[in-house]
Amino acid sequence: MDTAQAPPESLPNRRIGERIIEGIILVAGISTIIIVALIFLFLLKEGINAFLDIPLRELFGDRWYPIDGIYGLMPLLVGTTLVTIGAVIIAVPLGLVAAIYLGELAPQWLREILKPLIEILAGIPSIVLGFLGWVALAPLIQNAGADTGLTAFTGSLLLAYMSLPTIISISEDALYAVPKEYRDGSLALGATQWQTTWRVVLPAARSGLVIAVMLGIGRVIGETMGVLLVTGNAANMPPLGPGMLFNPVRTMTATIAAEMGEVAQGSLHYSVLFGIGLILFLITFVVNWLAARLVGVSGARTKVGGQV
Amino acid sequence: MSLIRRSGASVLLLILVLLASSACSRAGQSGSAEAGAGSGRAIQNKGSDTIVNLALAWAEAYREVQPDVSIAVTGGGSGTGIAALINGTVDIANASREMKESEIEEARANGFDPVEHLIAIDALAVIVNPENPVDRLSIDQLADIFTGRITNWKEVGGNDEDIVLVSRETNSGTHVYFLEEVVRKGDSDNTDIFAPQTLLMPSSVGITSEIQRNPRAIGYDGLGYVTEHEKMLEVAKDAGSPYVMPSVASGADGSYPIARGLYMYTAGEPTGAIADYIAWIKGPAGQQIVADLGFVPLTEE
Repeated sequence: MDTAQAPPESLPNRRIGERIIEGIILVAGISTIIIVALIFLFLLKEGINAFLDIPLRELFGDRWYPIDGIYGLMPLLVGTTLVTIGAVIIAVPLGLVAAIYLGELAPQWLREILKPLIEILAGIPSIVLGFLGWVALAPLIQNAGADTGLTAFTGSLLLAYMSLPTIISISEDALYAVPKEYRDGSLALGATQWQTTWRVVLPAARSGLVIAVMLGIGRVIGETMGVLLVTGNAANMPPLGPGMLFNPVRTMTATIAAEMGEVAQGSLHYSVLFGIGLILFLITFVVNWLAARLVGVSGARTKVGGQV
Repeated sequence: MSLIRRSGASVLLLILVLLASSACSRAGQSGSAEAGAGSGRAIQNKGSDTIVNLALAWAEAYREVQPDVSIAVTGGGSGTGIAALINGTVDIANASREMKESEIEEARANGFDPVEHLIAIDALAVIVNPENPVDRLSIDQLADIFTGRITNWKEVGGNDEDIVLVSRETNSGTHVYFLEEVVRKGDSDNTDIFAPQTLLMPSSVGITSEIQRNPRAIGYDGLGYVTEHEKMLEVAKDAGSPYVMPSVASGADGSYPIARGLYMYTAGEPTGAIADYIAWIKGPAGQQIVADLGFVPLTEE
């Protein structure tokens, strides 16, 4: 409307104005990339000495005791892996089923109660859940027969609970985004509700579901304060077997949080902690890259399905 | 509607995050780094969690002696305090162990000689759950237990149950002291370390609460932090020595084997308000507070 009435001589001005706005948008757009690159460079600068000064065999040794200069990262990698796998096994099926219930089966009034409640769960700070795990969950695990309540499994349960809101909320959004015509068409062809959900809606929402799961895993890997309180922080390599999860472990994030305060800047221990940060960064990067690939593949399939 | 709900939730989140971040200031830098006594500026005092209650009590009592000097006390562990002193962010570092040679070198590299001030003695109590039938252990047995050579309570006269080891984090001076004096039995050539399955707790409360609820657990803590919900063990220096219960008296007369000095470190000889404060701590008023809090006061020498 304004443009139609604007006098012709303001046209160059408008061009300049537009250029500036475009420039600002460009900067905003690439700023995230720049920040990520800067974080990576910073981690690399502070952490690279760990990889140069310590022989790799020692760095991936099975004992972590930094005050004696023993920097074996294996127990920390095992700890993070155990806790993460446990949490994923618990949270992913539970989260997806909850999302399907919310998105496909629950009556409208119930959904309106449940959805905001789940979103509030996502806002509970992890340290608060950590306290809860410490006070309530750990004694339960101990009474169930473990030597101590502070185990990898306790951490897994807590992290599963923390990642559930993310998984449910985003999965439900993905299911919601599936056009109603898909469901109508399927039902009109005589498919049951279950067949419609399983064969039509879930495949159509697949890329969103994958993102939900990956974001959930991301939260699990990066979570710190909760696991610091409930996993026992023993830099321990549990013997392989079904009882593995019921041993105390020390995760990479908890190690950084617990030890960062003690180190003198520039010391080897300081570099190693940044090195751990670097490894965490790479793990997150790989998880995201995998997610992008999976989404890409399933996205293409959805399109084909849509055209048919 | 949903916007209000969300902003409400995020305000709540923000408040809780602020609370949490102020509560766990272990990684936080505290204030400016000027050397020497500040005029009207708070003396920054940071370090050992063993000393933190003592340091708070001193800071509070000193306000009545010198109302215009304020002292900011934070915990985080001896290593944390010493690192902060080296990095120049605190005036006084509290430590429940002596500074390591490597730390002194780092301080010199940053341009100052750290000065040590002995401020109190702490007896370290070995604690178990009150349900545990074991009453006494020798240093040798403790070393075998904490290195993982003994893993079942029946080997030291208890029930047939696994032993759960509980320790402070490695940034704790208590951890280092226990490592040197008990796990390594005071032998500097001994390179034994804690068993890998040792639970490392971020605080003294972490240790006591695990001991309180776990009949298989054994841990250690400063005498001033032990409550009636944990059982203290009698400890003998070696096979021929008597078993002694930790107490202020047995810590002071040297009969209890696991007692250690508590220290404050300053960057160079203290001057002005900081020197006055440390002198007051070592004096009768400061040492009375030491005794009141369950630590062992310095004896006149």
